[in-house]
Formats: sequence, C-alpha cells, structure tokens
Amino acid sequence: MGELAAEQHAKYILKVEKKKDDIESVLMEHLRINGVYWGLTTLDMLGKLSAVDQETVISWVMSCQHESGGFGGNEGHDPHVLYTLSAIQILALFNKIEILDIEKVSNYITTLQNEDGSFSGDKWGETDTRFSYVAICSLALLKQLDKINVEKAVKYIISCKNLDGGFGCTPGAESHAGQIFCCIGALAITGCLHYVDKDLLGWWLCERQVKSGGLNGRPEKLPDVCYSWWVLSSLIMIDRVRWIDKEKLVKFILECQDKENGGISDRPDDAVDVFHTYFGVAGLSLLEYPGLKAIDPAYALPVDVINRIFLN
Amino acid sequence: MHGRPRKSATPVDENASALKAAKIRSLQSQFLENHHNHIYTKEALEINAKLIECNPEFMTAWNYRKLAFEHNISSQSESEKADSDHIKSIVDEELRVVENALRKNFKSYGAWHHRKWVLSKGNSSTERELRLLNLFQKQDTRNFHAWNYRRFIAGLKNISDEKELQFTTDMINDNFSNYSAWHNRSVLLSHLLEKKVEGYFPKEIFLKEEYEFVRNAVFTDPDDQSGWFYHLWLLDQTVKVDMPNLVSSWPPHGSEITKTTFPVILLFNEPVEGVNLHTVSVQVENDITKNTTWSPLSANKFKCGQAWLTHLTIPPGEFNSSKIFQVKISSEYPQGIISLNGVPCSRNWSFAFGVSVCHDVQPEGHSLRISMGEENFSTIDVNSNMMNFLKSNFDLATDYEQPTSSKWKSELIASEIDQYRELLSWAECKIGKLTLARLLMANDAMITDTAVAPNMTHVEEVLQLYSELMELDPTHYQCYKDEYSLVFLKQVTSSKESLMKYCCQYKESMSLNITGNVCLRFNSLSLSRMGSFERLLWVQSLDLSHNQLHSIEGLEALQLLSCLNLSHNKLVSFMALDPLRFMKSLRVLNISYNEIGAHTVDTRRYLCSSPLSHTLDYDKRFEEFATSDEKVVNFWDAYSVFSGLDIMQLDITGNAAVDERFVLFLVKLFPGLKWLDGEELH
Repeated sequence: MGELAAEQHAKYILKVEKKKDDIESVLMEHLRINGVYWGLTTLDMLGKLSAVDQETVISWVMSCQHESGGFGGNEGHDPHVLYTLSAIQILALFNKIEILDIEKVSNYITTLQNEDGSFSGDKWGETDTRFSYVAICSLALLKQLDKINVEKAVKYIISCKNLDGGFGCTPGAESHAGQIFCCIGALAITGCLHYVDKDLLGWWLCERQVKSGGLNGRPEKLPDVCYSWWVLSSLIMIDRVRWIDKEKLVKFILECQDKENGGISDRPDDAVDVFHTYFGVAGLSLLEYPGLKAIDPAYALPVDVINRIFLN
Repeated sequence: MHGRPRKSATPVDENASALKAAKIRSLQSQFLENHHNHIYTKEALEINAKLIECNPEFMTAWNYRKLAFEHNISSQSESEKADSDHIKSIVDEELRVVENALRKNFKSYGAWHHRKWVLSKGNSSTERELRLLNLFQKQDTRNFHAWNYRRFIAGLKNISDEKELQFTTDMINDNFSNYSAWHNRSVLLSHLLEKKVEGYFPKEIFLKEEYEFVRNAVFTDPDDQSGWFYHLWLLDQTVKVDMPNLVSSWPPHGSEITKTTFPVILLFNEPVEGVNLHTVSVQVENDITKNTTWSPLSANKFKCGQAWLTHLTIPPGEFNSSKIFQVKISSEYPQGIISLNGVPCSRNWSFAFGVSVCHDVQPEGHSLRISMGEENFSTIDVNSNMMNFLKSNFDLATDYEQPTSSKWKSELIASEIDQYRELLSWAECKIGKLTLARLLMANDAMITDTAVAPNMTHVEEVLQLYSELMELDPTHYQCYKDEYSLVFLKQVTSSKESLMKYCCQYKESMSLNITGNVCLRFNSLSLSRMGSFERLLWVQSLDLSHNQLHSIEGLEALQLLSCLNLSHNKLVSFMALDPLRFMKSLRVLNISYNEIGAHTVDTRRYLCSSPLSHTLDYDKRFEEFATSDEKVVNFWDAYSVFSGLDIMQLDITGNAAVDERFVLFLVKLFPGLKWLDGEELH
C-alpha cells in the first residue's frame, strides 16, 4: 500500500467544493460550513491552502452568520455552536479572526451556558459535552474564555466522567471516543487534565486498536478512520499514544484511501467523503507521517495557526 | 457517510442522483422560505416532514417544527384550548414525525432531542415510550441514543433504579457482549450505593453477586471485552481508598537535619486543594508559625496539587546557637484538605524532626565538573554513617494513621485471584492476565495498609505477567512496559536493603555541598516510566540516564534534587521537562542525547504550564530577553521552564533543537553557568 496520495486528495477536496448537484452534496448542505473547515484544514496540512480563493470563502462564511451572532451550517440556516466553531476555525486558518465582531459572537456562545455549567447547542436546549468542547474551543480561539464560568463548565464535564475512565454526552451516558475527544479537548484547553485518570482512560483508548490496526470508537465495534482522530488526539493529549501500534494505524489509514479518485473512506473500499479525508490526513499528521503540517490535538487546527494565536 | 461501498458512478447513477437531488433541493428552498416567513400551515408542515424524512440531520428543520408547535398551540381558539384531544393530536403528529425519522436513521441527534422537547411539554405515555425504546434497543443493543433516552424517560416518569437494573440484567442474560448494558449497570449500582438504598449499601452486599455475575460472562467468552471492563470497575469499588491521604513527607519523621533554610514537602496520594495555615500547622519549638505559605507544585489556576511545599528558616537570631530546634508539622483541620472529587481528608497526621543550624557553609567557589561516571563512586560501607543517613531518610513516618482493611475485601480479592488463575489455566487471554496482575497488586496493597513496609508478596508473579503480556499483545507493548516499570520501582523502593543496591557514595573529591553524599543510580534499567516518588523525597543526586523516559511527571516532588542526569532518554521537548521549573535546588542537569526538537508532535503540550492550556500567561519578558535573531516560537518553552533556575552545569548536546543560536540563548539564560557540554565557560 505504502503511500499517501496527497495530490489526489487535494484534487478531490477542490472537486467536492464545486460539486453541488448530486444527492450526497445536497444531503450535506446543512453542514456545509463544517465541510469547508474539514476541506480547508486538510488542504493546509497538505500544504495546498493557497489553491483556494480566500476572499470567496470568507465572504461565504460571513454570509452564514445569523443576527444572533452565531453561525448556521449554510446561508439562511439557523445558528448553532457546532457551525459557529467551524466559522471561527476557518477564519483562524486565514488569520482573519479580526474581521469578526468578537463581542457579538462571544455573546451568542456565552448565553448558551446553563446553570449547571453545561452548554446547549442552540436556543432549543439540547445539552451535550460536544457543545462544551465547541464553546470552550471557540471562546479560547477568540481569547474570550473568561466570559464563561470555566469552573462550572469543567465541573459539568467531570460529572460526565464514567467508571471506565471515559466520557459520555451527558452524565451517565456510555463512554464514546467522540465524546472523550470533546471532554479531553475541553479539559486540555482549560488546563484541567489533572482531573483525568490518564492510565485508566489511556488503557480504554488503546484497547480501541483492533487486529487490522484501525481504531474503533468503543468496545466490540468496527474500526473507522474518523477514530484515528478522536482516539488518537485524546491519547496524545494525555500522553499515552505510545500505548498503540502507530505503524499499524498508519497502514490502516493508507488502506482506506481511494488512490485513483482521491479521498479517504471510513473503511477500506467504502465510499470516500470529506469528513473521513480530513480525519485520515489529520490522523496521519498526528502520527508524524512525513510531508504533513503538524496539527494541534486540542484545537484541531495546524500547530502554526495555534502558536500564532497564543504565543504572541 | 459510513458503511457505503465504494463504486464508480455510472451515467445512469449520476442522472438518478441528480434528479433526486433536485427534488430535495426544491423541498429545501420551499421549506426555508416558509421558515423565514414564519408560515406554519398544514401544507408547510407537510413539506417540512417530507424534508426531515429525507434528511433527519437537518437541524433547522427540527427547529422549525418547534416554532410551529409553539405557534399552533398558542394560536388556538378558545374551544380548541378546552379540547384536550386537539393538543394531543398535535403532540402525536410530532411524535409520528420523530418515529419516522428514527426509522430512517436511529442515530439522529435532532430526532431524539425533538422527541424529548415535545414530551417535556406534557402529554406523554410511558408505555408508548418504552415500546419505542424496546424496538430500537432490540435493533441495536449498543445504540447509546436509545440508552440515553431511556435514562431520560426513567427520570421523567420516576421509574426506579432497581427496575432499570433488572432491565440491564435481562439484556446481559440475553447477550453477554453488551458493553452498554454493563455500563448502565455500573451507573445504576453507583446511584443505589450513593442513595444508600437497602440491599445495595454497604457495597459488600452487592459486590459478591456482581463478581459472580460477571464471571459467568467472562468465562463463557473470555475474548469479549465487555465483561472485563466491568470487572475492573468492581475491583476498583472493592479496593479504592476514596479519600485523600498524606503518603510521604520530607524531612522524615524523627530525623535530624542540619540546615538554615530548608523545604518541607507534603506528598499526598492524589491532587488536593486547601493546604494552608488553617489546615496545616507548623510549629517551631512551641511557636506556631504564622507566616508560612504552602504552594502546590503544579501550575494551574485552581491551586491544587499532589505535592505541596513550604520553606522554613531558623530565626536569624539563633544562628550561633548550638541547640536543636524541634519542628512539628501536623494537620490542624484535615477536612479542609479536599480531593478533586470533593472528598475531604478525614485522618489526622503529623511528623516531627530536629533542625540544627548549619555552621560550616561551604563556599561555592570554583567547583570541579561533576560527573556521574563509575569512577566517581564507591559502594556504601554498610557500617558507615551513610547507612544511618539513609535509614533515617527512608523510614516511613510512623505517625501516619493507615487505613484499616476490611476482612471482606481481602477474602473477595483472594477468591477472585483463585478464579482467574483457573481461567488462565485453560484460556490464553490477555485481558485475563492483566486482570490477574491487577488483582495481585490490589491484594498486596491491601495488606500493606496494616504494615509499615509495603507488601511485595506477589510482585515477582506480577512482573512475570507483564512480561508475558508484552509478548502476547505486542500492539500494546508500551502500556505493559510502563506498568512493569512502575511495579519494578515499587519493588526496588520497598525496602532499605533493595534500595541500597542502587545507592552509591560520592568520593571525597567531589563537590559534596552540591551533590550530597549519596547518588541514587537508576540508570540503564529500561525504565519507560518513573514512579515511587513518595519513597524518594530525600534524594539529592539522581541518575536516570540510559532509560526510555518520555516524561518526568511527578519528579517535582523531589525538592532536594540538585544533580539530575536524564541523558539518553526519549524526552521530546522542553515541555516534557516542565517539572524542572519547580526544582529550585537544581544545579547540575544533563539532558544530552534525548529527542528534543526531533518530533513534530509533542505529547506533553497540554500537560505542562503554557498559554495554550491557559495555565500560564504568555511571558512577555521572553520577547525582551530574546534578540530579534531568535525564532520566538522555538525557544519560548525553554525560557518558560528554565528562567527561574540557577543551573551551574548543563549538558545538552545530542538534541535536534540545539544549535549555536540556542547555546547562546542558554548562556544568557543561566548567568551562573560554569560548564556547558563538558567545556568550562569563562
């Protein structure tokens, strides 16, 4: 198998960006802004961000902003924190966060914090630790983390810690790699990883690696390339990534490529999509695959972008 | 996005897809227009319902339904308001739309949330919801949305924890490989325990049965992970000491030290908050000192840490005295010391030691370069003063009240050990071996509670098990290696005799005022992890070279450390050296031949003090310090870790990050630097 088909993947992403009339694209329209973030971050890791017209992208992103300050998944769609984070991340890639009305966007996010420290995704009240991560990551990137009650936010996340060391979406919910990434990411950004039993969680996470070398999201499930991000970045943040076989994982991700048409799928020989292309490339970057820009495991943006924001 | 086979699209496929797409697109634009114009007619709702059926992930579509619901309920005529059937029909319609959407995609967050939202308005039937849940949980026993929804309904309808527990029993009996059911079982049992429900409290009542229950599962299919994780939880419930406790301190109880100023270290079993003048009293002779401040050896904004430090100085007026000052440190109000889980310390502790003033302060004139090579050591004379020195430093403070172990715990663990030894005799099962190793360690730890020296009865067997695991499961080799290192260190530090084998005495010609008399030599032991710090607080000179250390987490507790050799290890960045920022006594440091700067990924990035994790503000002084020549990003972490230290001798060669510019930067950073990479500086 051996190699990352970087050229093909870049071409695939640029192609998907233009394709709008097939059923897959239409069914993804509600989260197009997420798709743009996945596509652009992948291009940046491949060193090909300049292939995109910055102006066009930025003006489209801003057109997704709702009067409340939050962003929708597409023009005219209702705002939600999930889409707001992607908007901020896209602007961060282009070093254009300053064009935002920072107070307006921050206010949208801070009003979504609940009494118990948790976050709702939007005004309709769905609560999930995914939204805690998204809110914390967004505000940190905007340098407005002190606008929320961080202590309560952390307490809520800890209340979702399970007896196997992992985290679920709400208190009592089963541990799941995606939720674990969100909780660990939020705790990392707020400097609270001392609340985590790193050995216990590290063991649960490293047991996600199955015979094929791929990672699953929880026990007795199939491996999937997107877990190369959720599980791997969590392991890196708690410094237990040595506990998996990195080479085997690299091999698994490379096997999920469509080397002819570009793109990466969830499993070998499945249909590709931008989501899995991003997570595959991001996973390879975390595994120090040569030729890829380093990505930060907590903020899910290239390290040079994060350093630029926090170390100046 | 998941599980669709890869195939090239034929023109026929593409055509069909385009047609379908156009239909949905038209529905979408109609819907958005209705939404923006607040149109909530029956027709509009039908368009929305069709759209949701095609794409249950479209959040805006679900939002619209909530708006329509609110609008239609509030705009009812008087007669409609009186007719409860009317409201019910609106609710039923929403529930029907949700059910349709779930049949299409039973993992749709939007669908499940909408159902919860509608039900929270009232008018729900427990029967109906449980029927729906049974349908989805049969389809996929691992559907966590369904399990979460089940928890929501149980809360809404006050279904008892015991009833839900029975549900998990049924699911597990149906199929042992149901991690979700085991997980929910552990959550429910924890609730019952917390609420002290009869039959579940105290925990020994249910633990024995649970061990039997899980044994059935695990013995039936040892390769299925589900039961094993549950067993780990049971073990944790059995042995854990859910309370913060002081496990070690320096100076040791009953010792006598000769210093004018000295650190006092408190080391707990877990990170705690609340160590201060009110909770801990410091008595010098009979005066309670009022101006000591305790600080945690951990940079975070929450003032918590596992190791706490203060410094004491003998009053200046007493410098010429030859008397020995008695110092006593004791818990004044232990309940004020609280773990991260909010559990207060409930045991009193204290330790006392004597301090005589150090008269012969050796001037630190021109020092020789300090080396940890073989030629500079002699083995410790068993009869010398050295042994006494080590003895007094090593003995456990006997004033700590140890938790007493219950008989039921030791019986249970012993029985489990027998059971799993038996399983391993006929099943080559990696998690089984790991479980046995954990059981043996737990067994020894429990016996330790009642004795002074740690019990090491099974340590050889445990080390053997980990060695077997490294071979049996090479994918997770490093996980077992790390645990092996920790157990090995526990063994080495468990007694004076075993520890003595690793201690060497510096020869007289060395600068003893810097190195101390004794060096602890843990070099070349294949250690991938460092531990047992509670037994090493007395160490002044430590050789950890030629190991496989990626991190030195916990080393900050060794506040007396003045000479540290970390050469030939696997440290990848300055952030990995973060614990050094707290080690103000450090004068000699060797970090040569590591991997600093050789990797694009730094796994210590969020476990150290830095602006990225909001545990430290970006130090603007760095920019003033660095000349325009130096790349800010490359050295800010070195500056952050090293700027408070007074290093006299440094070895740093053999790291990718070290070039000429960096060397210049270091010389500037350490004004007291006399030796760099073996060369004397002038």
